[in-house]
Amino acid sequence: MGFATRKDPKGVVVIEVDGQLIVGNRQEFKQRLLDALEGGERKFVVDFARTGYIDSSGLGVLVSLSKKIRDEGGDLRLAGLNDDLKTLFELTKLDTLFAISDTSAEALAAF
Amino acid sequence: MTANGRPALTAAVAPLPPGSPLEQELRLTLPSEISRIEEAVELVVQHVEPRFSAGHAIRFNLRVALTEAICNAILYGSGGDPAKRVAVRVAWGATVVEMEVADEGGGFDPGTLPDPTTPERRRRVDGRGIFLIRHLVDEVRFNEKGNAVCMVLRRD
Repeated sequence: MGFATRKDPKGVVVIEVDGQLIVGNRQEFKQRLLDALEGGERKFVVDFARTGYIDSSGLGVLVSLSKKIRDEGGDLRLAGLNDDLKTLFELTKLDTLFAISDTSAEALAAF
Repeated sequence: MTANGRPALTAAVAPLPPGSPLEQELRLTLPSEISRIEEAVELVVQHVEPRFSAGHAIRFNLRVALTEAICNAILYGSGGDPAKRVAVRVAWGATVVEMEVADEGGGFDPGTLPDPTTPERRRRVDGRGIFLIRHLVDEVRFNEKGNAVCMVLRRD
């Protein structure tokens, strides 16, 4: 459970969410991305392939980070959403705000 | 004890009278601390999962809906005051789960919540909790005061 961060050869920061992204851990998640942004990183993929569920706080932190990264001239892409998670994004219409790829490899290729 | 040395949450579980699809009942209270929500949700899942025969709904819908309801109770009902308690009651059988979450706050009017999916509200970071609950469970009821919510999940 938790977050694993790696950097791909193209310079994209990939954050894997293992378990859930919810009100109890959203701050840790947010801080990881903000630290990377502060450190000069501008390209991000959040990989949900190992994620069980996301709550409204998790969705909210993604909205907040996406705006912040865009404001800094960067880009945030989402990948690996299972059917349940896709449904969450569709229900809330957040699928219209994010670039969503089936896999992290596809998201990386899009940069 | 939990990993950080706090006493683990405990639940009181009791059988319900025969004749209803609800066979057992669990009650627990937790302090209004965000860091306890996941523990409370998993405690409920541990008890309900062996009997309620809809694994997918347990894995996702129940966890998200219960997380939202407890989070709302803590943030808005208790105003983040950890001394205030949140009460959770869950009753279940093979085909149905009822989850009630109550706080000590003054309540709110769930009919006044704006639609978080409109173009002007979509970029907001908050305001999706009750919306998600309504979509993830089969029935949602609030008490008159608006400080308790009952969510019902049925087997497909």
